[in-house]
Amino acid sequence: MAYDKFEILKSTAVPLPIENVDTDQIIPARFLKATERKGFGDNLFRDWRYNPDNTIKEEFVLNNPVYKGKILVGGRNFGSGSSREHAAWAVYDYGFRCVVSSFFADIFRGNCLNIGVLPVQVSAEFLDIIYKAIEADPTTELEINLGNQTITILESGEKESFDINDYKKENMLNGYDDIDYLTKMKEEIQDFASKRPF
Amino acid sequence: MSTTLFDKVWDSHVVRKIKDGPDVFFIDRHLIHEVTSPVAFLGLKSRNNTVIYPERTFATADHNTPTINQHLPVEDPLSANQLKALEENSAEWGISHWGLGHEKNGIVHVVGPEYGITLPGATIVCGDSHTSTHGAFGAIAFGIGTSEVEMVLTSQCIMQPKPKKMRINITGGLGKGVTPKDVALFIISKLTTSGATGYFVEYSGDVFKQMSMEGRMTVCNLSIEMGARGGIIAPDEKTFEYVKGRLFAPKGEAWDTAMTYWKTLSTDEDAVFDKELTFDGSEIEPMITYGTNPGMGTGISQNIPNAEDVEGGVATYKKSLGYMGFAEGEAMIGKHVDYVFIGSCTNGRIEDFRAFASIVKGRKKAENITAWLVPGSHIVEAAIKEEGLLDIFHEAGFVLREPGCSACLAMNDDKVPAGKVAVSTSNRNFEGRQGPGSKTLLASPLVAAATAVTGVVTDPRTLL
Repeated sequence: MAYDKFEILKSTAVPLPIENVDTDQIIPARFLKATERKGFGDNLFRDWRYNPDNTIKEEFVLNNPVYKGKILVGGRNFGSGSSREHAAWAVYDYGFRCVVSSFFADIFRGNCLNIGVLPVQVSAEFLDIIYKAIEADPTTELEINLGNQTITILESGEKESFDINDYKKENMLNGYDDIDYLTKMKEEIQDFASKRPF
Repeated sequence: MSTTLFDKVWDSHVVRKIKDGPDVFFIDRHLIHEVTSPVAFLGLKSRNNTVIYPERTFATADHNTPTINQHLPVEDPLSANQLKALEENSAEWGISHWGLGHEKNGIVHVVGPEYGITLPGATIVCGDSHTSTHGAFGAIAFGIGTSEVEMVLTSQCIMQPKPKKMRINITGGLGKGVTPKDVALFIISKLTTSGATGYFVEYSGDVFKQMSMEGRMTVCNLSIEMGARGGIIAPDEKTFEYVKGRLFAPKGEAWDTAMTYWKTLSTDEDAVFDKELTFDGSEIEPMITYGTNPGMGTGISQNIPNAEDVEGGVATYKKSLGYMGFAEGEAMIGKHVDYVFIGSCTNGRIEDFRAFASIVKGRKKAENITAWLVPGSHIVEAAIKEEGLLDIFHEAGFVLREPGCSACLAMNDDKVPAGKVAVSTSNRNFEGRQGPGSKTLLASPLVAAATAVTGVVTDPRTLL
């Protein structure tokens, strides 16, 4: 499923300064039973957002009305664990278009890129600067410029550049996905397959 | 130029290289299950695409299947719906489907090798991170997301940047009571849960040479838990012996051709890795985890480390211990346990049940323990019966369940209740992994068995 183009995103951000946030926290396995890609945002961070009786855990950041926006700022090693793309769907479906962290787990990062959520990896120092800026003023806006590969804290102008390979960058800028690419090279793949020993 | 085993297999599967982008990477064999495939089939349809090579895809149901009364209809309507979707999608596209009740049904990473779907030098993917298991055969195998499942269905390819290469050598031998699970938990405790992110790991050295195929599967299975995309072990006579004659393995002339190729699959002597680590096998003791990620593990005779002595943030570490209800400096041995789970794609094979039986034989299950013994497949289940292990289990007060992922991830009915502590042979101890509010201690089948008969965390070396 191709997705919306991603060029420049300007938004406030939600801070989640916890390390090793795993995909079982992002979306617990018991919510993976859908056969359609619908409604995953409701269960994003389910067990951190809600008590077992479904009442709200007020101390959790997503339940604090002060923090909102399309950017989630997570701690080091964000998205470790399972390959469930449902984790990236939940992040997207909740309304985030970008996740910022100082380090991402591989599969989660790939899943995000495949569905149009931009993972932005910054230095540990810059991540700390972002947290402090949001803590001082939750209305702090960040600007993610994919074309320039920069992330900027708008109030202070502090800025860092981030990496993304040219292929994925073009895809996101244009809203293309890998399936668009692969279906165009069917004959080349068939030729390759015919030579495989098993 | 000298190359690694990983390079040899990877490079032979690149259909096209994209400048400053991923490789278009050919997939020999694709495993699918009920949870991560339905949306991929929907995507396929919405784009009017087709399944390009249905004979290269294999479907089995495992994640949310019940592990008792499998002959009865599945009670949970959402689970039943996913199982039905897998069955219908497989039928529509001509894909082999081993659903609930089928004689070949079982955990995808257990049945793949059992039926010779897993081969040396092959590329294997599945929408499940523990696909790394199949690397034990010298295959490149890793977990993928649902968008990628759709890519493989429609093009037999995915688009992947080539990972960096790491080699982990373990020299010497292993002590009494130390199993492949302990080797893996030891490595993860040294590297942390993100220490191998961005890498594909080759396991090398005497410990892995001497290890059985089942043990190698356990080690490769857990590669993802240190962040690695996968693990790989060079195929040898043990590997070929295991594969020979299995249902989907090459036969006759095709076997001879394959063998000629497979014998070339090893790392050249002077090949260079991006990172190389060496450990001494004799330093490893039976392991257990105390926190909420698999990197938070320690030798079972050790105490829980202080926050200052571990890598990573102090706040995150304390949050983790707070969830577990443990304190820094406490001993692991003697901790109260409520549940014991043996099974999963990590430790649900026959050798694991033999190990479990070696300790519970002649003893009795502790009264405070609820035990779930869950074979990884019907082949494992049959072997447990044929080898007389079932009698040992029954005499000791244990019951054997039917194959499935079971309590590894709490998608089915096997959930550890909130606040309860489980010693589990599975792969993840994340918060709530085995049920909301559950607390998981990851360990080997021997530690699980020792704990099951004493009711508290127990060093298996005292019972061997």
